[in-house]
Amino acid sequence: MHDRILLSHGEGGKRTRDLIEKVIARYFDNPVLSPFLDAGLLGRIDGEIAFTTDGYVVTPPFFPGGDIGRLAVCGTVNDLAVCGAKTLAISCGLILEEGLPLDTLERALSGMRDAAKETGITIACGDTKVVERGKGDGIFITTAGVGVSVDGWRPAPSEIRPGDRILLTGTMGDHQVAVLVARQNLSIDAPVLSDVAPLSGLLLPLLTRFAGKVRFMRDPTRGGVGVTLNEMAAAANARFVLDEARLPVRDSVRGVCEILGFDPLYLANEGKAVLIVAGDAADAIVAVLRGHPYGREAAIVGEVREGGSGVRMRTIAGGVRAVDYPVGDQLPRIC
Amino acid sequence: MNRGMKYIDEFRDPATAKVLVERIRRDAGDAPVRLMEVCGTHTVAIARGGIRPLLAGAVTMLSGPGCPVCVTPDGYIDAAIALGTERGALLASFGDMLRVPGRTSSLEKEKGAGLEVRVVYSPLDAVTLAAATPDREVVFLGVGFETTAPAIGGAIKTASVRGVENFTVLPSLRTIPEAMGVLASDPDVRIEGFLCPAHVSAVIGTDAYRAVAETRGIPCVVAGFEPLDILMGISMLLRQKKEGIARVENEYSRVATTTGNRKAQALMRDVFVPCDAGWRGIGVIPGSGLGISDAYAAFDAEKKFGIPVVFAREKTACRCGDVLKGKILPADCPLFGNACVPEEPYGPCMVSSEGSCAAYYKYGAI
Repeated sequence: MHDRILLSHGEGGKRTRDLIEKVIARYFDNPVLSPFLDAGLLGRIDGEIAFTTDGYVVTPPFFPGGDIGRLAVCGTVNDLAVCGAKTLAISCGLILEEGLPLDTLERALSGMRDAAKETGITIACGDTKVVERGKGDGIFITTAGVGVSVDGWRPAPSEIRPGDRILLTGTMGDHQVAVLVARQNLSIDAPVLSDVAPLSGLLLPLLTRFAGKVRFMRDPTRGGVGVTLNEMAAAANARFVLDEARLPVRDSVRGVCEILGFDPLYLANEGKAVLIVAGDAADAIVAVLRGHPYGREAAIVGEVREGGSGVRMRTIAGGVRAVDYPVGDQLPRIC
Repeated sequence: MNRGMKYIDEFRDPATAKVLVERIRRDAGDAPVRLMEVCGTHTVAIARGGIRPLLAGAVTMLSGPGCPVCVTPDGYIDAAIALGTERGALLASFGDMLRVPGRTSSLEKEKGAGLEVRVVYSPLDAVTLAAATPDREVVFLGVGFETTAPAIGGAIKTASVRGVENFTVLPSLRTIPEAMGVLASDPDVRIEGFLCPAHVSAVIGTDAYRAVAETRGIPCVVAGFEPLDILMGISMLLRQKKEGIARVENEYSRVATTTGNRKAQALMRDVFVPCDAGWRGIGVIPGSGLGISDAYAAFDAEKKFGIPVVFAREKTACRCGDVLKGKILPADCPLFGNACVPEEPYGPCMVSSEGSCAAYYKYGAI
């Protein structure tokens, strides 16, 4: 093998075969993928199927707490999980730039492998393309995922009613700040780690254990909790009121935000979920979330109130203000 | 940083906030007291904290000219664009500047059409960029107040020491106390107290406001940016008014001192010289700008490329000027929320994340 990706690695000939057999197969070895057919044969699936896709272009591809490979698996697993589905299999589309060090590809593949192993999913099919130098940015990954809904659960924004509680499974903004710090080489005392993590193990058991109590879930990636809640409130045609004092933010993240003028409410997360749950089950759900490694700082951060729609915040100062969509921030690629 | 941020939690306590709000309401008179927060960061913090409606009837908070992007005249944007399109310079800028409208275009629009603009987080990044691209002229858009001026001065000195000859700055630096003096004497604005900036004061020192307090008779309180800082600062202003005194007080004593950061001041004196500056919407204020001194003229983009920043009064329906002077509140402008929204800003106050109009628009609708 060469130590860098060449255009010929994507031309379908012997080098492509070498790349698949000598590199990719070393990381993704499973009975569905290994025959290297034109499609992964998943067999019969019982239950309600969910299907999603996402592209990953984060730069830099490696950052404190994670990498583009782990992100590419977790992002798709989480999209399915917040729709109540357990991921069975995902695809792996690689778009590599000519000249990419092979080591970079291998680090990304090992990130994918480890995340897939953690969540018990199969990387069932894949594709590799190589673009000319200057036409890409090192490595882009796309994944599509197929999952099965737990107990047939579906998001039900129309079921949201006054008295429901808004839950957040942990601190805001860790991923975006971690990437930003890595990208800008900012020197800060306390390192910020990306929260990139698969949430299926955290969220899906709730749907069985608290049947009928979980109304709606979303993962607040790009645009953060602020944008996600606005979209949820619009879908539910409900008024959400957040309690600023209860919103969990790490000290180190708040520090970076103070310096750079960011609002953690609008920063991306890759291992957090927002849940709207029945008021009478909220405390019990938070307790269960806190018992899981990815939910230790889960909290009730607001509630659904009567009257109108949109998102408001009761501030630390004791005032109330609107929480709106942000406009056109100049932010780097973060996912 | 970690330890510092824990410290800040003390300034974010809801119970203390409640006590302060009650005290402010007790101390306020029959008519609302007209106070001005000078700094854009305060404007945003007040809006984000929902503080304005909380104090309605007791205090009217006017938003001042302390958003650097907002007061940058459109002639500056035109000059920046010309440096890129006519002189082929690679522009480096803080992200906030990109959507500010010039006379006919903005950096964002020109960027879409091919103009090279790099967003940087620090002026030193622009020096690094210039060192890495020796065949290009890199122009940093040096916009700001006394807070960013030392960093920009430092970048110029660094470029000088390292011999980075393809680095220049297009300066648009302004000083706050001079603008406050102009507003203090404007009979249309009628300011009864100034909430003075936190970070600016850490650099220039709280004594810098003594002229405004003592000769104009307007109470001044330097306050931090946390919710309790702001409420405490407002309360201190009301106490001064109640007692009939006007002096400079410092709520932000954990950082700001009477004399400020002498090292930063020395750096500014070394690299910059005071000059008259045009403020968008306000006009030319004598001695309120910082130009690059002759010793560092080689790093002055205006001089090096012969593209001057031309200041002219705008002829539009936009009332940013009156907003910046505190004469009207953003919602009183006929364009606010209609022809002028953050997605399609008409005036600079709607562009910047620190702009009064953007803050009112974003956090205001209850």
